[in-house]
Amino acid sequence: MSPSAIFQGHRPIDCDLHPMVPSMRALTPYMDEFWADQVVERNITTLDSQSWPIKAPKTIRADWRGPNGRGAETVEQLRTQVLDRFGIETGILNPLYGVQLVLNADMAVAFTRALNDWTRAEWLDKDDRLRASIVLPLQSIEASLEEIERLAGDRRFVQVLALVMGDRPLGKRDYWPIYEACERHGLAFGIHAGSAYRHPQTSVGWTSWYLEEYAANQQGFQSQLASLITEGALTQHPKLKVVLLESGVTWLPGFLWRLQKTWKGVRFETPWVTRPPAEILRDQIRLTVQPLDAPETEVERALAHLRSDDMLLWASDWPHWQFDGDDAIPPGLPERLLPKVLRENALATYARLHEGALA
Amino acid sequence: MSEILEARPATQASKLRIIDSDIHPSLRSEADLNPYLPARWRQHIAEYGKLGRGPYAARNTYPRFQPFLARRDSFPPNGGPPGSDLAFMREQLLDLYDIEYGILEPLMPSNLVRNLELGAALCSAINDWQVAAFTSQEKRLRASIQIPFEDAKAAVAEIDKRVANRDFAQIQLTSRSTEPLGRPRYWPIFEAAAHHGLPIGLHIGGEAGHGPTAAGWPSFYIEDHHGLSHSMQCQITSMVLEGVFERFPTLKIIMIEGGFAWLPPLAWRLDRHWEKMRGEVPHLRQPPSAYIRQNLWVSTQPMEEPENPEDLRLVLSRIGWDRVLFATDYPHWDFDDPRYAFPCRLSEAERRAIFRGNAEAVYRFE
Repeated sequence: MSPSAIFQGHRPIDCDLHPMVPSMRALTPYMDEFWADQVVERNITTLDSQSWPIKAPKTIRADWRGPNGRGAETVEQLRTQVLDRFGIETGILNPLYGVQLVLNADMAVAFTRALNDWTRAEWLDKDDRLRASIVLPLQSIEASLEEIERLAGDRRFVQVLALVMGDRPLGKRDYWPIYEACERHGLAFGIHAGSAYRHPQTSVGWTSWYLEEYAANQQGFQSQLASLITEGALTQHPKLKVVLLESGVTWLPGFLWRLQKTWKGVRFETPWVTRPPAEILRDQIRLTVQPLDAPETEVERALAHLRSDDMLLWASDWPHWQFDGDDAIPPGLPERLLPKVLRENALATYARLHEGALA
Repeated sequence: MSEILEARPATQASKLRIIDSDIHPSLRSEADLNPYLPARWRQHIAEYGKLGRGPYAARNTYPRFQPFLARRDSFPPNGGPPGSDLAFMREQLLDLYDIEYGILEPLMPSNLVRNLELGAALCSAINDWQVAAFTSQEKRLRASIQIPFEDAKAAVAEIDKRVANRDFAQIQLTSRSTEPLGRPRYWPIFEAAAHHGLPIGLHIGGEAGHGPTAAGWPSFYIEDHHGLSHSMQCQITSMVLEGVFERFPTLKIIMIEGGFAWLPPLAWRLDRHWEKMRGEVPHLRQPPSAYIRQNLWVSTQPMEEPENPEDLRLVLSRIGWDRVLFATDYPHWDFDDPRYAFPCRLSEAERRAIFRGNAEAVYRFE
């Protein structure tokens, strides 16, 4: 079967694509004179993050690398490797360049603006199938709000983006104006795997291995969900959709079974949480399916524990190495879920996808 | 105030002679340790306290919801805190539930105080106290060797000092540490445990200075409480990936009070990404799940509650019916009564394994 035949009739939406910035030189055209000068004078050549070591097998699939060893640097690569190959109708870009790691907030804002403008000019303008996330400079909540207001008029931005291991838990109240802005503009709030390295990647300290760090993202996601629920951020913003990107999936039921039990025991700590956490999550949390993290034989039973068919969004996670060849749908995913996972759930999650080409 | 509300159990259990792998003894007062502490450290504690890695001088970072974390009916007649009165513990726990053996898991400032010498002195004093106050008077209770694990050399010395005393059934570790426990600086502890054939009870808790999440400090106790299970997940990941179980294949790690529904998905996740990145960890000769199956046990309390209770059976079968140990967590508020603890049905063979047989096989009782 040809790769596009697997997806035939589904008009798939790919919810996690990662265009990679070749070097800071690519971003300086999108900076003002002061910051472009800083980049040159201070020899800031790269913001590649430790969360995705360029040469690591996970970061870029071997057959998706270019002659320079890097990958995901051009729209042409994206078309050949994913969009045309799988017959993708719409793909959402989530740039992972390390702007969130910058400690100087002014610098972070300048670099993040440049990154978002680069995404718009180098990717969105070059293929009508593409949509993107507004990367937030969360070093400053005020600047994040300004960045949303600056770009929200461009309806091709369908989501805002944060890293799962950032400065502080995302449910905290001072982040709420961002959720209010997302609701107002019909933008989803995306949380992607990765760390800003403000804290060790685990609650027991720094990891030795990349594999260990990669695995630890799941605890990061669980902590963020616990924060968003217990602080009341989700219930106070009922229209907000939070999308977990490259989070893994199969940890979710066990997490819920424990959180819900503890909530029953100590709910008077957070009396504003008036609904069971599982219900809140089913209404407002979505997850991409690469990686899924289960053996093929266990996938169906593991997903049944979600008790919802609405939560999963298909993604290739290009160019990260989650699958080989054209095996882009996690093996074991029940056939009956494909219409929802490949398309309908994304349409229900991203309000703005109903516009334009998809209307 | 201390009234116990009884419900009829769904099915009447047969007599099992239960083994309880998580009982928390308490000091009546801090002075209980004085007979076992050198004068130099008694003086130090009197003046400076036991400086730790949390913000407060004499309490946890996140205020709990119950005094002493305890059941409201567990305050004993001796006027001390819950868990401090052996006679009352017999009445309320050992006799009532026909417990044949119970493992003491002391949770008190010791192994994570910042001053390593003080930590070693406190651990040693706690070990003396467990024997004097509990195990020498009550043969059903067994002690855990408390060790200053952040100083592996001192920890091994404490293990060597206690190993001949058969009142000690295991070595105790804490799930929050300054570094992931698989790192080589902790290996002398694993080597000693494997050498002596003693299991390690890895109990949740501790304040080791890192935020409970990788995004820093959350606001609420409920978040910190959930984070305790994360500390367990990260320790298991670390021990597997560092090759601890490759190096010490007979090592037995019992994860106590960390929950367990997360374990099968964690094993799947590690296997899946190990397939892509095994070049980074060539010292692992098997997939991560094989070590998890080979070297780990879990205790039951607090068990996750699936929305469909029968799903718990699926989780337990994935972990292995031979790897699950019953625990009450007496006298804490989230105590599990052996009659009502399981929301799903268990066969007679499964009950025998979980309430007794598995513990018999893993702990040192004789």
